[in-house]
Amino acid sequence: MNFLERTLASFLNAVEHALDAEDLAKADGLLQRLDPRIKVIGILTLIIAAATAHKLWVIGAVFAIALSLAVSSRVSPLLLAKRVWIPVLLFTGIIALPAPFVIPGRVVWRLPELGWPMTAQGLLSARYLVTRVETAATLSVLLILSTPWTRVLKALRVLRVPVVLVVILGMAYRYIFLLLESARDMLESRRSRMVGELKGSDHRRLAAASVGVLMSKTLQLSGDVYSAMLARGFHGEVYMLDDFHTAALDWMMLAVFAVLAAGAFYYGR
Amino acid sequence: MARWPDPWRLSYNGDLCKASAALPLSLAKSQKANMHIPDGYLSPSTCAVLYGAAAPFWYTALQRVKKNLSTRLVPLLAVMAALSFVIMMFNLPLPGGTTGHAVGVAIATIILGPWASILAISIALVIQAVFFGDGGITTLGANCFNMAIVGSLVAYAVYRLAAGRAALTSSRRVVAAALAGYTAINASALCAAVEFGIQPLFFKDPSGAPLYAPYPLSIAIPAMMIGHLTFAGLAELVLSAGVVAYFQRTNTSLLKLTAPGNLAADEEIAGADSQSMWRTVRPLWIGLALLLVLTPLGILAAGTAWGEWSARDFSTRQAREKMAMASHNTAPPVQPPRGLERLSSLWTAPFPQYAPSFVRRPAVGYALSAMFGAGAIILVSLVAGSLATGGKSRG
Repeated sequence: MNFLERTLASFLNAVEHALDAEDLAKADGLLQRLDPRIKVIGILTLIIAAATAHKLWVIGAVFAIALSLAVSSRVSPLLLAKRVWIPVLLFTGIIALPAPFVIPGRVVWRLPELGWPMTAQGLLSARYLVTRVETAATLSVLLILSTPWTRVLKALRVLRVPVVLVVILGMAYRYIFLLLESARDMLESRRSRMVGELKGSDHRRLAAASVGVLMSKTLQLSGDVYSAMLARGFHGEVYMLDDFHTAALDWMMLAVFAVLAAGAFYYGR
Repeated sequence: MARWPDPWRLSYNGDLCKASAALPLSLAKSQKANMHIPDGYLSPSTCAVLYGAAAPFWYTALQRVKKNLSTRLVPLLAVMAALSFVIMMFNLPLPGGTTGHAVGVAIATIILGPWASILAISIALVIQAVFFGDGGITTLGANCFNMAIVGSLVAYAVYRLAAGRAALTSSRRVVAAALAGYTAINASALCAAVEFGIQPLFFKDPSGAPLYAPYPLSIAIPAMMIGHLTFAGLAELVLSAGVVAYFQRTNTSLLKLTAPGNLAADEEIAGADSQSMWRTVRPLWIGLALLLVLTPLGILAAGTAWGEWSARDFSTRQAREKMAMASHNTAPPVQPPRGLERLSSLWTAPFPQYAPSFVRRPAVGYALSAMFGAGAIILVSLVAGSLATGGKSRG
């Protein structure tokens, strides 16, 4: 695969992720029914609990909570495996692989032939890293798979994120897809005109020119968007309508999140 | 076939790290595609510190960009953040047939200036972390600090220094952009490596197993840097140089923002520039002078700085007690480490212990050392600055 195909594949992957998220956010599951503010606070607290825990079983328990939240929100473990578990295992797993041989401690086993010592502490630290990363990644993906992005952003207001930042994040997200489409069209049209293979240096020139064109287009786009905003009466002030309503289920789940996180903090010390 | 000596059957002190030989390569391969730190690699306290460290930069960047852009701020930052995000998805072809991802921090800095770049890259990182799960949420402050803040500021400094006042179409600007990209991404990687490497120093469970990123600095730094000095650094280099060369051919006006020496009314603007420059840096000079005056306060600090020991300290009782106190009552080894002993004779500081030999009073010696050190740094900066200015007039 050359650079054009690889780049197009990563664009496709991003769009696929966004479509998955949009579909799942519409499903009728537990997390989808919750007020986004409660979800943001609850999931963030669980992520911090997993990050703080000093005991493996506590991190495992938070992972089990994440898994049950996923199942009750109609997020299939298969999708989680494809989007989170396998990529995380490939990335963090490789990083953690040498830890049992490098971290000093009590030797529990030796690699046959080579005789390298494997330590208990090294094995434990590799497990800490992998379970912690898997748990936190599962939780953060659950948030986005069960909530439309615009509502996640609005919910960030409870964490005192400034309105202007929330608006910029919302607009940036929208323009990501426009620019992805623009970049995809550019690369596709170039690919359709290609016969044979390009040299490495031509590939690099093509990549730099594509980014350059995209950048010029973006700057022009920002001017156009600004003019459109002015035409609609924009004076530099941004407002946001908060249309959240909490129901009994939200308060109940907030209490559940609080108890679970408190438990994880207490037992994980 | 390697055999380990007998005592290693029961315990292993990790000194030889032969088993880690494969690590840099495996890390290099996996880091090639990604330097976003996921959740779980850094302790919550490290994350909190890095959020705290990033906050003043975000605040200053927002104030500066707001002042220059006023109502244009919202759309420009939104689309530029979107662009940064898309650029991070490009698989750049590298010499040798592989491909790598770039952050695009140097090119964003060259086109937008360092402050807008800090904000645009940070926003792109927030979307990557929250929406695409690329990089953690607790580690977002660390990722923004490493890539957006350190990356933008280093890229700006290197680009301005290397490009000097060269013409907008000069090939020196392409080289400067390449250097800026390469240095910036490596500086970011070094920050990440240090953050990884200090984890096992501070965060271990009762059995001694590291709780977060498990490798010490001696492994984390080479492992991260090999990947970045080669693949990731090269990707950033190719992108920055390529895009600047492209704009030189198509739209030089985009390169003007970070090339103030090239504006039309050069003389006037330079005059106004130096005035406004003085106004900007004045508080920094006052702050520096104040810090210099306050340096003797360091003498009041109790105990010794952990790890700043000399080989001689291992043999005096008083120094040994201080070392034990600073190390949670763990007694230091009886003999000074052999490496320390050997290397300590390599270099003797001109002002050992911050006290030149001819000064009796420690406070005066301390202040003198501070002034000498700060003076040397200012001198080097001025020389580097004048070299760059020299380049401008020639360019």
